[in-house]
Formats: sequence, C-alpha cells, structure tokens
Amino acid sequence: MAEPLLKIEHLTKKFENNIVLDDISFDVAQGEVIVVVGASGCGKSTLLRCINALEPIQGGSIKLHGEEIVYGSKNLAKMRQQIGMVFQSYDLFPHKNVIDNILLAPMKVQKRKKSEVREEAMELLRRVGLDDKAESYPRQLSGGQKQRVAIVRALCMHPVMLLFDEVTAALDPEMVREVLDVMLSLAKQGRTMIIVTHEMQFARAIADRILFIDKGKIVEDTDPDTFFEHPASDRAKQFLNIFNFERSK
Amino acid sequence: MPDLGLDVLFKGKNMLRLLGGLWVAVKISIISVALSIPLGILLGIVMTWKNPIIKAVTRVYLEFIRIMPQLVLLFIVFFGTTRTLGWDVSGELASVIVFTAWGTAEMGDLVRGALISIPKHQYESSAALALSPAQTYFYIIIPQTVRRLIPLSINLITRMVKTTSLILMIGVVEVLKVAQQIIEANRMTSPNAAFGVYLVVLIMYFLICWPISMLARYLEKKWR
Amino acid sequence: MNWDFIQEYLPLYESAALLTVKIGVAGIALSIVIGFLCAVVLFFKIPVLRQAVSVYIEISRNTPLLIQLFFIYYALPKIGIKINPEVCGMVGLAFLGGSYMAEAFRSGLEAIEPIQMESALSLGMEKSQALRYVVLPQAVSISVPAFVANIIFLLKETSVFSAISLMDLMFTAKDLIGQYYKTTESLFLLVVFYLIILLPVSLLGSFIERRLRYAGFGS
Repeated sequence: MAEPLLKIEHLTKKFENNIVLDDISFDVAQGEVIVVVGASGCGKSTLLRCINALEPIQGGSIKLHGEEIVYGSKNLAKMRQQIGMVFQSYDLFPHKNVIDNILLAPMKVQKRKKSEVREEAMELLRRVGLDDKAESYPRQLSGGQKQRVAIVRALCMHPVMLLFDEVTAALDPEMVREVLDVMLSLAKQGRTMIIVTHEMQFARAIADRILFIDKGKIVEDTDPDTFFEHPASDRAKQFLNIFNFERSK
Repeated sequence: MPDLGLDVLFKGKNMLRLLGGLWVAVKISIISVALSIPLGILLGIVMTWKNPIIKAVTRVYLEFIRIMPQLVLLFIVFFGTTRTLGWDVSGELASVIVFTAWGTAEMGDLVRGALISIPKHQYESSAALALSPAQTYFYIIIPQTVRRLIPLSINLITRMVKTTSLILMIGVVEVLKVAQQIIEANRMTSPNAAFGVYLVVLIMYFLICWPISMLARYLEKKWR
Repeated sequence: MNWDFIQEYLPLYESAALLTVKIGVAGIALSIVIGFLCAVVLFFKIPVLRQAVSVYIEISRNTPLLIQLFFIYYALPKIGIKINPEVCGMVGLAFLGGSYMAEAFRSGLEAIEPIQMESALSLGMEKSQALRYVVLPQAVSISVPAFVANIIFLLKETSVFSAISLMDLMFTAKDLIGQYYKTTESLFLLVVFYLIILLPVSLLGSFIERRLRYAGFGS
C-alpha cells in the first residue's frame, strides 16, 4: 500500500485537565473521503482544528506527506497552504468582496499573479453557481452562498486535502443542499476530504469511511454501510437512534 | 541623589494643607455627583418621552453642555453671571453649578441609553406572562437598567473628580493652588520643591481615582 | 453686545484658536501612534511590555490633564528635563490621549471574532499577514466611533493649556475680561470659536457612526 497522505498517531489533546482527544490514530489515503460523526462535544471539531494546528496538542503526531505538522513551528504557514479548511460560519472576511476574499491568500501568500488567480477563481465560482456574485460583499449573500464562496476560497490555494467543520450546521434547511452538492461534486473529482457533519444521509452518501468518535476516542472506523446498518458498539447504536423518531400517536 | 524637594512636604503643616486643598476639590465633586445622579435619572426618563418640544429642548441642552469644554462652562458661569445678572457667584458655587449641569447631562444620556437598550421583547414577553406594567418595570426593566448603569455612573464619579482640578482656573483655592503657595513660600530654601509637591498632588489624584475606576471595572465584568 | 470690540479682537481669537488646533492636532496624532502600539502590545500579550503599558494606562486615565501638565512643565525641569510650553502641551495631550486611543483600538481588536484570524491562518497566512490584511482593517473601522469621541474629548481638554502659559482661547478670553471688562463679548467669542473647532468633528463623528451602523459588517 502506498504511503498515506495524512497519518495521525496517538494524538492526545487536553484543555486544562480535560482530555478532549484520547490517543487518536488513523490514516487518510489520497482521494479518500472520511466523515467524522459523534455527539456534540465529543471532540470531532477539535480534531480538525488540531490537524490544521489551530490548537496545540499534548501528545502524538500529525504528518502530511510524512512531514510533521507542529503548532507554532516556522513552516506552519507552508503546511497550512496544503490543507484547505472551511468553518461553520462567519469566516469570510467582511471587509472584502467575494473575489477579493478569494484572491487575498493566493496573491499575498503564494505571490501568484492576479490575472491568473482571478481566472481560476471565476471558473470555480461559475461551477458553484456564484460567478454573478464576484463583486458582492459577504453581508449581501445568504448563508449557503457564503459557504460556497468559502469552499472556493480554500480550493484556490490548491490544497492537497480539505477539512470541513460542520459547514452546514448554521444554515437554514433549504440552504444546506446547495452546499452539500458542491461537496459531493468535489468527492467525485477525487479530492481528499475530512468532513465533520450532523447530516447523516449525506455522510452515508459521500463517505468512503466513517469515524465515530465518542468521549475523545475513535469507537468505530468502518465503511458507511456497516456503520449505519450494523454498528458494532452500543454507543454508536445509541447515537444513531437520536435521528430516528417513532410515531407518537 | 539629586534634591527632589520632598523635604518641603514634611515641613510644618504642609502635607495637611495639601490634603485640605484636595478636600475642597473632592467636596465639590461629591456635592455635584449627589445632585447629578437624581437629576440625570429624571432627565434620562424625560428624554425618552415622545413630545417633540421636550425632545428638542433636552437635545440642545445635552449637545451644548457636552460639546463645550468644562472650563468654558466654568468661565461662562463664573464671569458671565456676575456681569449679565449682577450676581456675585463664588468660585465654589460656580463649580457646583457647572459640574452638576454637566453631570446631569452625562447621567441623563447614560440613563436614556440604558432605557432604550432594553429590547422590546423584554416588555412583550413580560406582558405575555401577564405581568402588569408596574410589575414589568419593577421586576424586569429596572434591574436590567441598574446593572448597566451602576458601573457607568461610578465612572462618571472619576471623571468628575478629575474635572474638579479645573476650579483652580477660576480662582478657587484647592490642592493645586495650595501646592503653588507652598512652592512659592519655600522658593529660597528648597528650589526643587516643585518636583516633590506636584508629584505628590499627582499621586493624590491617582489614589482617589484609581480605586473608583477599579470598582467600576469589577462591576462591569461581574454584571456583563 | 459691542460689535466693534468683537471686530477688533477677532484676530486675537483667531491666532489663539490656531494655536489650540495646532497643538491639539499634533498631540492627537501622537496619541494615536501611542495608542496603536499599546493596543498591539496588549492584544498579543507581549510579556513585560504588557505590564508597562497597563501601568501607563492606569496613570494616564486616573489623573487629570491639568496636573499632568503641571508635572511636566513645572516639576520635570527640576530633574533636568526642560521643554517649551508648546511641546509640553503636545506631550501632555499625547500622554493623556494615548491611553484612551489604546482602549479604542483594543476594543476594536477584541470585537473581531477569533475565527477571522483562524481562517486567515488556515489559508496559509503568517500571523503578521493575517493581522495586516484581515484583522486590522476590520478593527480600525469598528474603532472609528470611539476614536472620533476621543478626538473631541482631547480637543476639549486642550482648554487647560493656558495653565502652562500658552496663549490659547481660554487665555485670550480671561485676558480680555480682566483688561476691559467686556465679559459678554469675550465669552461669546470664546463659545463661537470652540464651536467652530468642535462642531465639525462632532458632526463628522455622528455621520461616520450612522454610515458604519447601516453598512454593518458581519452576517
């Protein structure tokens, strides 16, 4: 088997004396789509933040292409350029319009030519159906449109993998679909992605693998059909039951 | 070690005289604050009324008082009233009038701000629970306004104390005036007295204002 | 009201107002620089400097400008630091204003959601780039109303300059009252000139504030 793109070994994360992530180990292969699920507060968002070194870790290692990602290290900005991340909300820069939001990092960080990035950005905006919004400001966009712009902004840095942290959690139901569709098409293109989400049907449709995290530990690491049809652990069964309702009358 | 003129402070009753001067300034701030708070609460409530004439009059009063330097207001009352009205207003009285007028304007604006910042749904949800208007004010609105207001009014006290330093300029004998007198009297024996004496005055003001500011900040954090 | 008197002494007030504005603008400019540096030190929690800045802010905010000026002008020469009245006025105003400007900047910086910094970092920016392109532009525009309020406050504070023998508006008014007993006219000119200086800034401030409120950043 080829060298994994991302290799996480014995990752431990504490806030004060609270263990949030406890001895997490898993690999992500090139082109794999991993969906991380679990109850609120189980540590799944923290996991993504650790991968992008937005949080210091207290043990273990995270390696991209065999190179370790270290919080506060000198080459961190270089490493982060290879990892695109989209957050739950409010992460577009409100003082810049859509196109400037997208162009800022490629021009200032990667020193690429404006004309070239702009062309690429417009093409990507067209694909997510927002090329007519290039000059709009974030406040003029709906939540779903903002999230699609945030995805394009991440893609323009040419990352080797993408992290999605509950990107639809703050959206109205009718906006959720348009964002998930964009993510599905990225999966079809063979992008490597780690997705944290509460949309279970979407998780099942997009995932190559499901990681179920409970109390900071990986409880299940399996393919989606097995996870949703035959969860091995009681905790996963309990968790999946939250999404089922019985008739009350 | 150069002569910093600190010895002057321990000569005779100099320290006591300075403290006496400080007390004049503090006394004027206390009286002004005590008058400003009730008057300001009244003004603040009046300013939320819808009557256009009352609105215009209070607005002009507020804007004029707040845009003019307090020293200009002191000059107007101290020099102006003597001339136009024929009153002989003492420096102390002029100070109390000006600081009360100013404090009332500031306090009124704070009260008005606190009152209109209570969201409408607070009144509505209180009404939905079948509370009477009086109960709504007593249990819902007043506690929320007071929590917002107390730290801000305490801040007003520090501003008032700092501003009373201006009364020197209309001839009131307060701490700075006493300091000048002490320095002048010891000009021959202690030529560097200015350093020690003014340093002590600076420290005195700091020791009054700092604890009050800290209290305001503590309450602001606690009640946020 | 004696209009001849007013006409005669108008130029005196003009040059006094000019002096107030000149020292005021210089002092305010300096206080903006001081305030900006202090806010950055506090925001990044730089050790040692941070404590020094906190001490400075407490002293500056809890003592009156008049006493600060007396100290700088009359006390410091005794330990060998002599400066002329104009520089003294500027330095005193900057010493007072620096802490107010620092607070304005700092509350602007603190109003920016941490996610703004994080999403800039996750795009591969260095911390300094994230600060320069993402955090600061937003923080500055949030600080603008507090900023304008501080400018008005500091311009008003310049009225104590006559205490260190600067011939400003207060000095001129007091002088004319003392010499000619033309109290009404002198006070009238005093008020008019302060309005000329302060009203435009105040109107500009409420204009900017209204625009910012409607333009509204964020969601």
